[in-house]
This record gives sequence, C-alpha cells and structure tokens, in this order.
Amino acid sequence: MKLEGQVRIPSGCAIAAVISREGNRMSGEMITEAMKPMHDRSNGLGGGFAGYGIYPEYKDFYALHMFFDDRTTRKECESFLKERFEIVKSELIPTRKIPQITDEPIIWRYFVAPLQSVLASMQVDEKEFVARTVMKINTEMNGAYVFSSGKNMGTFKAVGFPEDIGVFYKLDEYAGYSWTAHGRYPTNTPGWWGGAHPFTLLDYSIVHNGEISSYDANRRFIEMFGYKCTLQTDTEVITYILDYLVRRQGLTLNEAASVIAAPFWSTIEKKTDLEDKEKHIYLRTMFPSLLVTGPFSIVLGFDGGLMALNDRLKLRSMVVGEKDDKVFIASEEASIRTMEPAAENIWAPAGGEPVIITVKEGAEI
Amino acid sequence: MKRVYVNEQWCLGCHLCEYNCAFANSGMTDMAEALKGKTIFPRIHIEGDDKISFAVSCRHCTDPICVKSCIAGAIRQQDGIIKINKNKCVGCLTCILVCPYGSLALGEDGVMQKCELCSGNACDEPACVRGCPNHAIVFEER
Amino acid sequence: MSVDFIYPEFEVIRNENRCIACRVCERQCANEVHFFNPRKGIMQSDETKCVDCQRCVSLCPTRALKIVKSDCTLRENANWQSDTIKEVYKQAGSGGVLLSSMGNPKPLPVYWDRILINASQVTNPPIDPLREPMETKVFLGKKPEKISRDPIGKLITDLPAQLELSMPVMFSAMSYGSISYNAHASLARAAEQLGILYNTGEGGLHEDFYCYGKNTIVQVASGRFGVHEQYLKAGAAVEIKMGQGAKPGIGGHLPGTKIVGDVSRTRMIPEGSDAISPAPHHDIYSIEDLRQLVYSLKEATNYTKPVIVKVAAVHNIAAIASGIARSGADIIAIDGFRGGTGAAPTRIRDNVGIPIELALACVDQRLRDEGIRNNVSLVVGGSIRSAADVIKAIALGADACYVATAALLALGCHLCRTCQTGKCNWGIATQRPELVKRLNPDIGSQRLVNLMDAWRHEIKELMGGMGINSIEALRGNRLMLRGIGMTEKELEILGISHAGE
Repeated sequence: MKLEGQVRIPSGCAIAAVISREGNRMSGEMITEAMKPMHDRSNGLGGGFAGYGIYPEYKDFYALHMFFDDRTTRKECESFLKERFEIVKSELIPTRKIPQITDEPIIWRYFVAPLQSVLASMQVDEKEFVARTVMKINTEMNGAYVFSSGKNMGTFKAVGFPEDIGVFYKLDEYAGYSWTAHGRYPTNTPGWWGGAHPFTLLDYSIVHNGEISSYDANRRFIEMFGYKCTLQTDTEVITYILDYLVRRQGLTLNEAASVIAAPFWSTIEKKTDLEDKEKHIYLRTMFPSLLVTGPFSIVLGFDGGLMALNDRLKLRSMVVGEKDDKVFIASEEASIRTMEPAAENIWAPAGGEPVIITVKEGAEI
Repeated sequence: MKRVYVNEQWCLGCHLCEYNCAFANSGMTDMAEALKGKTIFPRIHIEGDDKISFAVSCRHCTDPICVKSCIAGAIRQQDGIIKINKNKCVGCLTCILVCPYGSLALGEDGVMQKCELCSGNACDEPACVRGCPNHAIVFEER
Repeated sequence: MSVDFIYPEFEVIRNENRCIACRVCERQCANEVHFFNPRKGIMQSDETKCVDCQRCVSLCPTRALKIVKSDCTLRENANWQSDTIKEVYKQAGSGGVLLSSMGNPKPLPVYWDRILINASQVTNPPIDPLREPMETKVFLGKKPEKISRDPIGKLITDLPAQLELSMPVMFSAMSYGSISYNAHASLARAAEQLGILYNTGEGGLHEDFYCYGKNTIVQVASGRFGVHEQYLKAGAAVEIKMGQGAKPGIGGHLPGTKIVGDVSRTRMIPEGSDAISPAPHHDIYSIEDLRQLVYSLKEATNYTKPVIVKVAAVHNIAAIASGIARSGADIIAIDGFRGGTGAAPTRIRDNVGIPIELALACVDQRLRDEGIRNNVSLVVGGSIRSAADVIKAIALGADACYVATAALLALGCHLCRTCQTGKCNWGIATQRPELVKRLNPDIGSQRLVNLMDAWRHEIKELMGGMGINSIEALRGNRLMLRGIGMTEKELEILGISHAGE
C-alpha cells in the first residue's frame, strides 16, 4: 500500500483551537480534553497539536521537531544539521508509554540557530534558509522528517486518536498562549506519523478539515516557488500558500484570506466601497491559482495569533466563542463547551470571512 | 398586427417559400404527394434575378384597395387579415388590376386566391416564414 | 476513360418518389451538381462535381436527397489505400502540390478522447450550478512577480494589460478573405454579446467592424496584410502569428479569386493577387527578433494591449514557449496539428506538427519548472470540439481555448474541406456575393451565442461535479484527469495518472 505522499488521501476531520488575547499561558490539557466530544470525527489514524509560547527559555531558537525511522538516519541527519546550524539543545521529546499509541518512530527535537556564515554565502534571510533546509530534509532524506520548525512553538502529532496523543506527548506539562488541535479521518490506513496534522512551516501551523477540489491547481502553482508538496495533503499546500502570500509576498492575513477564499465576482461587482472593490479585483487577478475551492475550515497558528477561515461556500462546520481573554474555535460547539462551559458569543463565521485573533500588543509571549 | 415582411438582402431566391406555401394550402400531409408532378399555385412568389430577389405576397394593407374594388364582395378584412371567399369570386380579376404590389393571383380552380397568413390551414404561422432558410421572410409586428 | 479518371467520391441518391422537382438543390449548388431535365421532367445530377457539403440535402423540402460515399472501390490494399492512390493520379496529372482545407482528417490519436474527468463523491460535495454561483470568468495576461504598496502601505492595484473573458473560450483567427464578411460579422457580434473575443486573422479589419474593437484581437502575420496604426489600436489585443497548426512552417495562403472588393481594400493589396504570406516573418529569424516585434507593437499601442504570440505545436514547443515567455509577450497561443485552415498543402496539413494535448501539457509543465508560468497566459487551439475538451485543456494547464472549426460548424459549415475552391455553399469560405448572403449574421451570431451558452452550461456542470466553483481552481488541476488506454510515456507527458490509479 502506498504511503502518504506517494498518493493523495482525502480525509475528514475535527479541529479545535484556543488563544488568550492577554498572552496568558494555558496547559495543553484543556485542548486535549476539547477533542474528546469530537471523537467520532476522527478514526484513530492521525491527530496532533500545536502550541505557541511553549519554549520561552529557547524562544530565540528554531525548534525542529523530527521523526526518524532509525538511529543511523538520525546520526546522518544530525551531521547535516551541524553543517548549517548551531545546535544548542538536542533531546528526545518526552512521551508517556500508553497502550493506545504504538509503533512510534524516534521523536527528537533540536533547538538551533542558523550559522551566519552559511546564510551569508547563500544570500538568503534566516527564515528562507530554515524553510529551504526543512524542504530539503523532507524531500531528500529518507527516513527523516521535520514536522515542526518555528520559534517558541511546537507541533506534536501521531497516529492515534487526538485525546490519546495529547496524553502521549505529555501536553499537560507544556504551557502556551495558544493551542490548535486536529483529529483526522483519512480514507485509508497509511499509518505514517508524518502524515498526521497540524502541518507546519516555520511558525505557521495549519489544522484543516476538508478536501479541497483545487488541490492540484494550487500545488502546481506553489511548487513554482520552491515549495515541495511531499505529503499531497490540503493542509500542506494551504500552509505553503499562506507562507507564500504572507511571508514572501507581504500580504496581510486579511488580504491573504481574500485570495484563498476570494469573494465571488458577483459579490465584488456589488461592492460600493470602490477602494475595497479594486483591491479584490486586483487580488483575484493577481493570484487566480491560489484560490482554494471545495470544503475547508482551517485554523492558522502564527507567532502571536490565530486565524480561522472557512471556504467561501462554508461547506465545513466551524464555530467561534469567547470568554474573558480567551477565544475558542472548533468544528463543534460541544468542543468549545468542554474548554469553557460558560463560553459566550458563540457564532459561525460566514464562508470566506476570516476571524483573526492576536495577542494584544505588549503582552509577554 | 403581425404581418409577413421580406428582407431582400437575405433572400436567396431558392423558391422554397413557394413550395411551402403550396403544400400548406394543399390540405395534405405529405409534401411529395401534394406537389409531385403538379404545377404549383403558391400565394407567394419570388421576383428578381440571381443578383437580387425577394418574395412577394399580400401585405394585408390596413386600407385594402382590393376589398373596395371587388365587384362580388368576395374579399373581406377579418381581424386585419384580408381573405377571399372563393364561392363568391366571379373571376373578374379586378383585384389583380388594382393591387399595387401584384400580390394576388388566379388559383388552380380558376378563382382568385391570396395569402391569408396561413390562418385557414393547419400551420400555426405562415409556412413561407417557417421554411425560409435565411430569415429573409419574417412574421412580426412592426 | 482516360488514365487520370477518378470515379466520383460521392453519389447523389435522389428518391424519385419524393422529389417534387422544386429545383432548390439546383439553385443552391454552387458546384452545379444538380440540373433539371425538362424532357424527362426530372432532376438529375453530375456527381463528379459534388463535394458533399450537404447544402442540397439540408434544403430539400421533401428529404428526397442523400449523399453517400461511392462504393466504386479500388482493390483493397492496407498500404496503398485508395486516397493515397488517387492522390498519385492527381499529381501525375497535374504536377502540382495537393491542396486541402480544414483540419487533419487522418486517424491519428485524439488524446482528449482518452482523458476522463473526475467527480466528487462522499469525501467532498459536488456543487450544483443551478443553485450555487459558478464562475467562468478569466483574465489573460502577465501577472507581476511581486505585489507593491504605496508609502502608506496601500496595495498598488495596477496590473499589466489584461483581457477579461466571461468564459475561457475565444474565436480563433480566421481572416476576412478566407471567410466572408457575414461570417466575420457573425463572429464579432457573437463575441460582443458573449463577453469574449474573436480574432481578425491576417486579413486586416473591415472598417464596419471597428466598433467591435473591445472584443477583437487584431493579428499581425508575416504578410502584414491590413496592418496599420489604427488597426493595431482598434483591437483589445495584438496577436503575432508565427505559425498555424494546420500548416506549421509556412505562411497563410489566400487565392486571388478571393481577393475581391473590400477584401482587397482591407488587406491593402491589389484585387486578384494571390495573398501568399512568407513562411517566416522576415524581421524575425530568432527569439531576440521576436522580442523586438513584441515591444514594437507594445510601443505602437502604448502598452495598453496585451501581445499574443501564436505558434504551431511542433516538436520543440516547450523550449519555444519558454523563449516566448521571456520575450515580453503576455499570452502564448499554441495551435495543435488538428487545427483548421482555409487552404494548406495536404502533405503539410497531414504530417507536420504535434497534438495540442501533448504540446499544452509539456509547455505548461516546462513554464512551471522554470518558474515563469505567471509571465504568460496560455491559450490553446487546434480542434477543441466541445465543453469537455475545454475542461480537459484547462485542467491540463491552459488559461483559455481558441475555437474556430466548432464556430464554423455553428455557422453552417459541414466540413466538406473544400474551402480553397471559394465556392462555399454555406456562405462562409467564399467571397461570391450570391453565396455570402446565404449566411445571415442575425442567424449566425445567434447560433454562435447559443453554442457558447451551451458550452458554458456544460462547463459549469462539469466543474460543479468536481466540487470546483471557479474556473481558476481548475487550471492546471491535473489530478482531476485520468488517462484511459494510454502508454506510460503518454501519461508521463500529459502529467496525469491512468484511470484506476
């Protein structure tokens, strides 16, 4: 049977996320609990979490979370990393042995800083350098896979149900100002940990529910710019699209949302705010191949915030709620109620309407 | 009132209108049976040469001179359509003389006949219009 | 019978029980096949002149006529097939190059027919175009590499000149001269009504049609017929015709018999002179020369109009397209070997060039591999026969399609492939006034609009089935395609998987 990446595997999903606008840290236990009422939206073949603000003591270093098939691969990869980075810490990611999670690969993390000499010789900025290195390892190094590469954030994923994966990775021992979670219902059994979600690049992480119909149009376009879609998943391509639009092109998140979930032409025609109309015509004409069609609900995690977005027809459920400094996002309201029984202002954002929540300026994250 | 109009720019001179007219007024259901081996007496006819041609049929004038001229009272105007009562026609041909368009002609049976916009036969709309391959004959309100 | 006698290809079968001798067949046949025998009182025919254009069959009011393939056969021979033998006879008799019209009729593979389209089931929903918006609007033209902002951070929304199409289809180049005034009028009016574009071809633009400028692509070909400043400024885009799918490597041919009256004036050449365009543009012997012409045309039109470079699909098309994409052109039009023509040497039409499906797939992939796909839009033509072909072309990577043969069929063409004689009984490929008038543009334009409306509906249905509600999400979406009965190599070039994979 073909592995994820050799073949495209559609899947259904559950997503959940929480953020504190004050930058208050929350243990990973809450987000793990939040996945329990949505158990039936996954099928035990993949799940995972992303936490932001979880490595304050290493916040100036890129945290590379990696899966290795065996020790030799890890050694080889480590020597490759040493040519490019200063490694300040290298360790096994702590896990709990539980019967629900088996067959784990070697799960390792490195805290690294790019070598300035290499950066200078390649004439690229630090982020581009890290992104290229990740892409290189994931496409060229058999048996090694980087599944998280941001600063002061980390992804934790596995094959299993998400609520078990949270326990397995001891998320209760981490504290972050925002968390996202994902439970997966893939339509075959690849049994590969790298295929689980969230998918990340640098500090962008995406959890996604849906099966986009524009996939290959998006993939073939984005691959022109050095991205390699090795997993053939929607999540991966949406991550790259957002990285391209926001980091490389310099669009705002709102503008990026108007590209990937663009309003219909008929809606744009009717706009009375001429500046807004012109902007939308421009964005659709400029980036037609990055329009994403078909069902999706996504939560994008980034340094200091979250963005939730539905496809423009809203073909997947997604609700948002609030309580005090916290904002909750989930596929189902029940999940939000698990995190905060007294959540208020629960609403379902319209298709194509981005919900962007950022930690207030000045908060220590 | 809708009338038959012709546009000579698009008339190909194919004469199909004549045959469709003759068939429509034959009362028969098979064109070959109706027309094969017969001289046809259509109520529309093509004038012109191979450079320019056009179909001529009754214009259904609002103030029809043929009605006034008919000595037998055989021609009448009914809902705007000018019709002939063949039983009354005496074949004096006065109507042919007075019609400025040359739209009337003697029928097979020796009495006058003219276009009645297919109102008296089984067609819903004039057969010449329906059969014209180039929309050179149209049936419309103007 | 003499040595070069060739038995007529077709027989006119007249059902005597039905024929009413109305003589419409006689009057409508410019080839003078039919005649009335007054002595016998019956219609007769001379089938040696028949080209099987079906005009008489279509107009016979009693369905008394049919044209059938003659069953007078030469002895069967898989190698020396009868067409091949007859061509030898013709050439032995005439000493000339054989001429043909319309697209390659040979039984070469039609890859469109070996490609199947996907639909959504369970894991994502199909979208119903009757109930949900379904977008087919396309912008053709160069897309800049980077966005830019003004000092206060506002997006600068200027873009290089773009062509806006309501659906990803345009009428491709057919010159005034090769086709009639009324055919051009039909195309221009239909394009305006549909919100798409038609193409003047290399015969210039008749003064009556300047009013359709917003929906017109003006072509500049190697003969430069009818090209002047106002002409260039009249259209929405300028197309440099380097080649044509039906006859790669040679220029356009229009026999002097078609250069009459307005055609001569519009082309700016004397009446009766053959219009033989040079094979190359004599100012373009290489890619850097093309760049100069592209920019000359841009200068002439103040950089307000996209420049299209049209090339025939030939073996090295990917590299050629890559060169064009870096030449400053905004749009590349590729014409496959099955594309039509008003006149081409038979050998060239039937043997030169490659299928558009393969050319499109390799060009789109090459431009992506080089990261320059955004520099240009891709328009493909050369036998796009239906909405399904359009969908497949878009999914392979085209931005839009050029259709010409299908448009001619809508106007009445019956593909008798004798355009070069100038005696088109349907009033399309002729300049004889009594034949030209057979195509009433009121009817012609309406039929073109109907055809494109029908295709648009079908495109929407097919897109909806795939769960796609905007045509740009289909462009290059090769995962939506599967091959059937193809070799590994063919699949590899097309960049698609086999059905079942």
